[in-house]
Amino acid sequence: MSGRRLWGVVRKEVAQLRRDRRTLVTMLTLPVVQLVLYGYLTNEVLHQPTAVWDPVPSAESRALVAALENTRYFAVRYRARNLQELERLLDSGRARVGVVVPPDYGQRVRAGLPATVLVVVDASDATSARVLLQVAQGLGVRLSQDLQVRTLARRGQRPPPQPVEVRARAWYNPDLRSQVFIVPGVLGAVMQFVTTFLTLGTIVRERELGTFEQLVATPLRPVELMLGKLLPLVGLAYLNLTFILLVAWVWFGVTVKGSPVLLYILTFAFFFSSLGLGTLISTVSRTFLQAAQLAQLILLPSILLSGFLFPRESLPPFLQYVGLAIPLTYYVTVVRGIFIKGVGLEVLWPQVLALLALGIVVFGAAIVRFQKKLD
Amino acid sequence: MHVPFAVRAVELTRRFGDVVAVDRVTFAIPRGEVWGVLGPNGAGKSTTVRMLCGILDPTEGRAEVLGLDVRRDREAIKQRIGYVSQRFGLWPDLTVRENLEFYARAYGLPGAEARRQVEGWLGRSELAEWAHQRVAALPAGFRQWLALGCAVLHRPAVLFLDEPTAGVDPLSRRRFWELIHHFAKEGTAVLVTTHAMDEAAHCDRLAFLYGGRIVAQGKPEEIRRTGADGAVLEIQTDRPAEALRVVEGHPAVRDAGLHGAAVHLVLRDPEAAESVVGFLRQQGIPVHSVAAVLPSLEDVFVHLVEALEGGA
Repeated sequence: MSGRRLWGVVRKEVAQLRRDRRTLVTMLTLPVVQLVLYGYLTNEVLHQPTAVWDPVPSAESRALVAALENTRYFAVRYRARNLQELERLLDSGRARVGVVVPPDYGQRVRAGLPATVLVVVDASDATSARVLLQVAQGLGVRLSQDLQVRTLARRGQRPPPQPVEVRARAWYNPDLRSQVFIVPGVLGAVMQFVTTFLTLGTIVRERELGTFEQLVATPLRPVELMLGKLLPLVGLAYLNLTFILLVAWVWFGVTVKGSPVLLYILTFAFFFSSLGLGTLISTVSRTFLQAAQLAQLILLPSILLSGFLFPRESLPPFLQYVGLAIPLTYYVTVVRGIFIKGVGLEVLWPQVLALLALGIVVFGAAIVRFQKKLD
Repeated sequence: MHVPFAVRAVELTRRFGDVVAVDRVTFAIPRGEVWGVLGPNGAGKSTTVRMLCGILDPTEGRAEVLGLDVRRDREAIKQRIGYVSQRFGLWPDLTVRENLEFYARAYGLPGAEARRQVEGWLGRSELAEWAHQRVAALPAGFRQWLALGCAVLHRPAVLFLDEPTAGVDPLSRRRFWELIHHFAKEGTAVLVTTHAMDEAAHCDRLAFLYGGRIVAQGKPEEIRRTGADGAVLEIQTDRPAEALRVVEGHPAVRDAGLHGAAVHLVLRDPEAAESVVGFLRQQGIPVHSVAAVLPSLEDVFVHLVEALEGGA
């Protein structure tokens, strides 16, 4: 490899990048926009519109509704006058939860008799319905316990100890803020988009421009050409990473718990494999359009199979294996590890090794596939 | 190792599917010679050049550049040659100087030498005032100067120029050829393709390529002497247009055309000259002088092509 030839390519690429204002602006603003939009993606099911039919309001029924609202999962928007109205609200989708309080609820509670409350959840979206059902059931158990304790206290008795007590603690993200989980994942995904789009044109653009023929007639080696094209892009991608970290901090208040320096260093392993993958696509494509279509083959699985949105463990085994061929799968683990848990290389080394191995494979394939010939 | 020829091709053939683009061409170019390849578009000129530059594999036959095999030693060849492709292949978003600098580095010139060569070319080619302009804004003629510059900064031993003078104005074209001859004098072998017959005169040796085959090769005057059978008469007359009309259809005249103010008649049989001139006079055309001349290269080429197509 010749430093002079490599340097020649780097200078050419930097000059071209600097003049390509449109790409530069897109590459620096798009990630920020993506982060802000994706950052509000959330797996929480809060403030669901709720309709209540409470034909005979009482202090007890009001306490029940208030307790529902206090969970923050339910927001009572509608007071239905009858069952039909409640049904209509659910059918139309204006309410996602219906609560039916029987007319004798207050009376029975006061008398210490068992009372039944009906909570109907629109389960079209099974995932969020499951959460709402659990919260409603949990609320019922708690209300019952409170009532028993109070009844026993009135009789001067102490409640019996609970046979099993589960003490649940949320580690790493004690406030259960979904953005603490989502934002680092989005960071990884956005870096995958950026690196892919930056590299798509590298080789195929020269083909389309007609500069390829002149280029391959020189003694320039494929590895010099590719490295020379990628090094400036690595710089640009790091600039992007910095932008995204700033937005994550300023906009979402999400900061890196572990070492930011380590994040930058380990990100290089990711760049190696994702830029290599983009270059491979650019090398095998005849036109830019074709390269863009091939890129979808990486980007879609990146979103769906990498674990950035959905836990990988819940995927069928076959798709889990497919996910192993995608750089983002490893990078998401690295980013979340450093961001949320504050762990270091002692935990993340398998991911880093996988990224480097993947990089060697795709980059090697790109160099082998790159022919200094026309055909 | 002394290699007598800078470029040597033996039965060189390239097929694209069923199409034979280059069909068993054989030739040799000595060092310091300007070798012209003439032929219409699609004759196989570019395909031949690409094979010699090591960027297109031959299907059959073999070729050597500076004694290096075009299949095995492609990269070694690339270091020693310069190539200007037919399609303009430089970056429009870079300046003239940046393009030159890139190619200087791509051929591995050390920094100081690269700068010297780039400055040298900027002065030599009158590109100096365009140095900081982006290539996108460069007129077509200047683009060719730039393309040539990018191919010669590293002082190649062989220069392949694929239609280098396309879009270059006549005055500039003359300087272009002067420069090409200058390189040849320094020992560079130059292979230049063109479909402009008037440029052929600049070449030491020519090959006519047609349908992928070399239909004639040699020095220009050799080709003119031996290429066309029959004879060419140059006739001076006051009424050339009328003369053309009159001789058309005369059985002894194969072809007739204007050559400056004179009329050129290509005769099937040299013996018929007297009778044709007599016929013209008889028709009332004043003939001031008659001379037997060599056919022009164009005459020869048209004749060869017609003979081929007639035979096919």
